[in-house]
Amino acid sequence: MPAADKLEQVPAIRAEGLVRRFGDFTAVDEVSFRVEAGEIFGFLGPNGSGKTTVIKMLTGLLPLTAGNAWVQGLDVRTDSEAVREGIGYMSQNFSLYHDLTVAENLQFYGRIYNLTADRLRRRIEEVVTLNGLAPYLHRLAAKLSGGWKQRLALGCAMLHEPKLLFLDEPTAGIDPVARRQLWDLLFELSGHGITFFVTTHYMDEAERCSHVGYIHYGKLIADGTPAALKELPDVHPQGTKRIEVMTPEVTRALRIARQVPGIRSATIFGESIHALVEETMDLAGLRAQLGRQNITVTEIRPLTPSLEDVFVELTSKHQAALEGRQEAVRA
Amino acid sequence: MRDTFRGFSAVFYKEVLHARRDKGTLFFSLLIPLLQMVILGFGIDTNIRQVKTIVYNADGRRESRELIDRLRNSDTFRVIQYAESDQVMNDAIVGGRARVGIKIPVDYSDRLLHQMGAQVLVLIDGSDSSVAGQAINVTTAIGLDESLRRVLRNGAVFPVEMRPKLLFNPDSRSPNFLLPGLTAVLLLNVTTFLTAFSIVREKERGTLEQLFVTPVRPMGLLLGKLLPYLGIGFFELCLILFFMRVVFLVPIHGSVLLLAILSLPYLFVSLSLGILISSKAHSQAEAMQLAFLTILPSIFFSGYIFPRETMPLFFYGISYLVPATYFINITRGIILRGAGIQHLWTDALALFVIGTALLLIAARRFHNKVIA
Repeated sequence: MPAADKLEQVPAIRAEGLVRRFGDFTAVDEVSFRVEAGEIFGFLGPNGSGKTTVIKMLTGLLPLTAGNAWVQGLDVRTDSEAVREGIGYMSQNFSLYHDLTVAENLQFYGRIYNLTADRLRRRIEEVVTLNGLAPYLHRLAAKLSGGWKQRLALGCAMLHEPKLLFLDEPTAGIDPVARRQLWDLLFELSGHGITFFVTTHYMDEAERCSHVGYIHYGKLIADGTPAALKELPDVHPQGTKRIEVMTPEVTRALRIARQVPGIRSATIFGESIHALVEETMDLAGLRAQLGRQNITVTEIRPLTPSLEDVFVELTSKHQAALEGRQEAVRA
Repeated sequence: MRDTFRGFSAVFYKEVLHARRDKGTLFFSLLIPLLQMVILGFGIDTNIRQVKTIVYNADGRRESRELIDRLRNSDTFRVIQYAESDQVMNDAIVGGRARVGIKIPVDYSDRLLHQMGAQVLVLIDGSDSSVAGQAINVTTAIGLDESLRRVLRNGAVFPVEMRPKLLFNPDSRSPNFLLPGLTAVLLLNVTTFLTAFSIVREKERGTLEQLFVTPVRPMGLLLGKLLPYLGIGFFELCLILFFMRVVFLVPIHGSVLLLAILSLPYLFVSLSLGILISSKAHSQAEAMQLAFLTILPSIFFSGYIFPRETMPLFFYGISYLVPATYFINITRGIILRGAGIQHLWTDALALFVIGTALLLIAARRFHNKVIA
């Protein structure tokens, strides 16, 4: 099928210069990114930074103030009806009908998408098997636990076999086991060529995404694979490396470490200190130097930055830039 | 065109499931109107009769006793006490034990016998204007009648005699007057509340937003929500009519079928109103308040209790904007006066226009939330 081949090359989402203003407030500011088909795109950012606004713009719930966006090759400005046919959406609070049973919820969404009776029956069977909902088919949605509600909501969103699913904080407020199981399911579905646009607050979930975006005050300040983001010059400046120093006396060690020449920055991470140091720094020498100040160092080793390090670094840079701009305006 | 109503059947079916599952709400929304009917039908009589009256007959002779008998026979007055002094009579009225005090002066019979004008003092408690009005009318009429009799003497006929004939409700029964109007208020009550709640509930749960991300079109959504409640409203109407006819014995002079058909535009209006309310309200409490706001004009400006003709011009104008005005015209027309479509089509048309306007406004408000 050549048509299908062609479809593969169309990015699942293409956003160019998305802007959304509410009165004077710019909620989303010149956001551009691309999500390829089959990716799991993790969209992160603090509350109120514009995550949900971006989803609403891409799903046609909110008109764009400026910019362009294509979802599966369809322009959201002019073709929002067609866009909605081909996507699934699961909102933050698993919007289900609590007074309907699991089966009735599924049937309702199937009918909305005009599935034929045959296809509806087959799809419900598939979705129920995939999500393990079989034992609960005739239970009221209100009586399900958080994890099962989330699976039902996912089932409803994917009933019409969309190739792109938007999940707005799908794991907020559910237990760790259900969280793990959901991600396993996402990987399985992604293997079948389904694209996911997932927002989350969990860094471990971000690490599992094939592509990550980070939005801060309406600006997209990071966009790339987790590995690529960790190599960003802002995060990993030329001629530096990250190290981890394990010690029982972290607070005192931190105070001393900050005096040591060659250590650019240091923060406490549990029982250890994470530091950004000159690439040439000799780790054995550092251990000896700390030892002279009566700090017992149990271990010292090079460290690859986590996504959290990346976001902390980028956020503080962006914050500083924003404040600098405000200063300039005031001056 | 089919696409304009996308999602209609799915939403319709789902609404039926909701209504069937929530039997409590359904039961009460059907029962409460019947209770209101019982209260109004049995408990309230707008005809003023048996007004508590105290009489101070200072004269006490035959002429004065005849006058008192005539007052008592009018059915308007019920004598609760014969006072012995002005003081006692005044106290009874101030204390609220009697509404009317009648004092026949000591020289009443004498003055009549000597063909001089006799005066009877009638004290009326004006705190209830309709009671007061009735008391004035009846006492004046009896006085006039009494005077004429004496002037004309025996055997003479009254030169002019008015013979009023009450059409349509010959016994002036209150239920006949109140219940057809009540039908309009009750239907509005049930259907507006039910639709408003059904949509606001989806707002609260977030399912409405979820629906907006699907290909459902606003018209499909709204009609899917509206029609099940139209069915419930229609059933309610049948129930009310049945009770009105069988329990309260209100005769229906016109065509029941016509009444059923003409109730559809009215139901359509009240459902659209419910949808409009839900597009504004964010919570069920808010929807409740807005719905009450719509019910008040339906009670006070529609002619249901107070005649529209006596309203100040401004409120008379407003009464034309109240849907219940038209439907009360229709119910009273068909039930009491046996009116046909040729008398009522303008009312039906007005309702249809109002309903369409409301629904279009509501659909626009929802549409604006979906697409730019």
